[in-house]
Amino acid sequence: MAEASAASGRAGRRAWLLAAEPASRTQARLGRFYVSWKSFLGNPLAVVGLVIVIALILCAIFANVLATHSPYGGGDLRTERLIAPGEKFWLGTDDQARDIYSRIIHGSRLTLMVVVLVSVIAAPIGLAVGTIAGYLGGWVDVVLSRLTDIFLAFPRLVLALAFVAALGPGIENAIIAIAVTIWPPYARIARAETLTIRNSEFIQAVRLQGGSSARIILKHVVPLCLSSVIVRVTLDMAGIILTAAGLGFLGLGAQPPLPEWGAMIAAGRRFLIDQWWVAAMPGIAIFVVSLGFNLLGDGLRDVLDPKASR
Amino acid sequence: MSLAAAREPVAIGEERTRALLRIGWAVARFLLTVAVTLLGLVAVTFIIGRVVPIDPVLAIVGDRASHSTYLKARQDLGLDLPLIEQFWIYCSKVLTGDFGRSVLTTNPVLSDIAHYFPATIELATFGTLIGTIVGIPLGVFAAIRSGSILDQIVRVVGLVGYSVPIFWLGLMGLLLFYARLDWVAGPGMLDISYDYIVTPVTGLLLVDALMQGQFEVFANAFSHLILPGSLLGYYSLAYISRMTRSFMLNELSQEYIVAARVKGISEFRVIWRHALRNAAVPLVTVIVLSYAALLEGSVLTETVFAWPGIGLYLTNSLQNADMNAVLGATLTIGVTFVGLNVLSDVLYRVLDPRTR
Repeated sequence: MAEASAASGRAGRRAWLLAAEPASRTQARLGRFYVSWKSFLGNPLAVVGLVIVIALILCAIFANVLATHSPYGGGDLRTERLIAPGEKFWLGTDDQARDIYSRIIHGSRLTLMVVVLVSVIAAPIGLAVGTIAGYLGGWVDVVLSRLTDIFLAFPRLVLALAFVAALGPGIENAIIAIAVTIWPPYARIARAETLTIRNSEFIQAVRLQGGSSARIILKHVVPLCLSSVIVRVTLDMAGIILTAAGLGFLGLGAQPPLPEWGAMIAAGRRFLIDQWWVAAMPGIAIFVVSLGFNLLGDGLRDVLDPKASR
Repeated sequence: MSLAAAREPVAIGEERTRALLRIGWAVARFLLTVAVTLLGLVAVTFIIGRVVPIDPVLAIVGDRASHSTYLKARQDLGLDLPLIEQFWIYCSKVLTGDFGRSVLTTNPVLSDIAHYFPATIELATFGTLIGTIVGIPLGVFAAIRSGSILDQIVRVVGLVGYSVPIFWLGLMGLLLFYARLDWVAGPGMLDISYDYIVTPVTGLLLVDALMQGQFEVFANAFSHLILPGSLLGYYSLAYISRMTRSFMLNELSQEYIVAARVKGISEFRVIWRHALRNAAVPLVTVIVLSYAALLEGSVLTETVFAWPGIGLYLTNSLQNADMNAVLGATLTIGVTFVGLNVLSDVLYRVLDPRTR
């Protein structure tokens, strides 16, 4: 009995979500979300990506619980240096007798922090530049578009390197440098979207009602550009992780003793031939996490931006 | 054709002048854009050079110098001038190829770059060759058998290529193929015992060794090149095969393919002569762009393999806060990048008759 009513309840909810004429905005929104979610679930690779990303977030939250050792304080330097992966140290220890597994778990916090901060800094810059250039047009557009092109003209990693060289090494500066180099594609996307909607009738209606340019851009243009920029940011997240790891590897990102994965690989380089796990394990972590973001980004693109998937 | 012939010759001449004018205007606009971008590159490096927390004057005179010595050195460096004038001086210096001296090597930065750049070109060219030769057939087959095992493999190759840190893959390659299997030579460009046998002519070691008949040197250099080159080749392959697949899928859905098949042309000819030929135009630009991307990839690869190219020069200078060298190398890579982008644009316009 209970089962049957649950089933009918589920069917009822489904019908409510898929209603052709939703009674409220919330219902319409939830319905659209439900359809997207279903099509997202139909893509197994994207689900794998989502699982990896959620696992990363859980690792970052529960790092203290999951880690078996301290990420900073090493064990006995005489007996516990460079131990191969085994029962006590799951992924082995490094030259300071620190447990590599615990360091990787704690490193997930740094990785997540870099990804989130870079996106939070870069996406608004790109959105602002792109929508303002596209909406206002004229010389503003010329100047902002040229600026975007100039930043696009540098290979991203090289420009980030030069910025870090100027700002000084460190994870905060690495975040700033990556954010400064990553926004141009977002500006391009936002500008292209803005150009297609700036002359549409609903924008003209707002303008006739006396809405200011700032109001139109913020309230009516930005929301419409948001989904394609979000897709692009998600697709770039793997790139952000790889760039941050590259900076860390070159000694310009996170500084020791922070358990940043790229820096850990650099530290393991000296023991590559005989104690391969010191360099190998953090690299696997980077690979899995970037793969997760790439799969998730691909899936999101297929759901949110079906035009671009082909 | 017949329409044009029916008109009077004067009109044709006028039309041609107008067309020429239009092309000339487009070219001028294009050149102006490139010039503005290059000026922007210089401006960006200039600004980066100004925000460095290291005081360039103190670096020269030391912190015990008297105030007047300090001021004089500051004046000599032109740091007391207004920023815009400093920028002007910087621009005119850069235009004549004067990036200042490297603190680390004590050479002018330009001659350092001329010394290191060929090694990077060698590496990136080798990588692009692999990416093109393997990537295009792979992409074509993936497109023909869309959804097959091969298609899935191409997809996975691409995904891994976009997700794996290049420096880590390089280290693992060294561990496996150099340390464990001993199939290839280790880091560096050449064994020490082969140094100074070949006199640099083109600067490209492989080419020079071949031209001078030093086959042993060539073999040694090749065994050094094969691992980092294949690594970059893999990244290039991941990109090129993915793009080939999507271009080919696009071509194969066109009507002229149906027409060709209806005419009874063999499937082999339809794919390799008709479809690929049309996909080749955007592919050329993709190959050029992937070459440009390898310049970036070479920064990390060269560090891992101690490959004496501009990437290694850049990272070495970075770690020693040698700003002249850093900015010179950054600007060189940036200008090469812009140049390759322009090349891909121009190639597209020249090769595709529809854009004329």
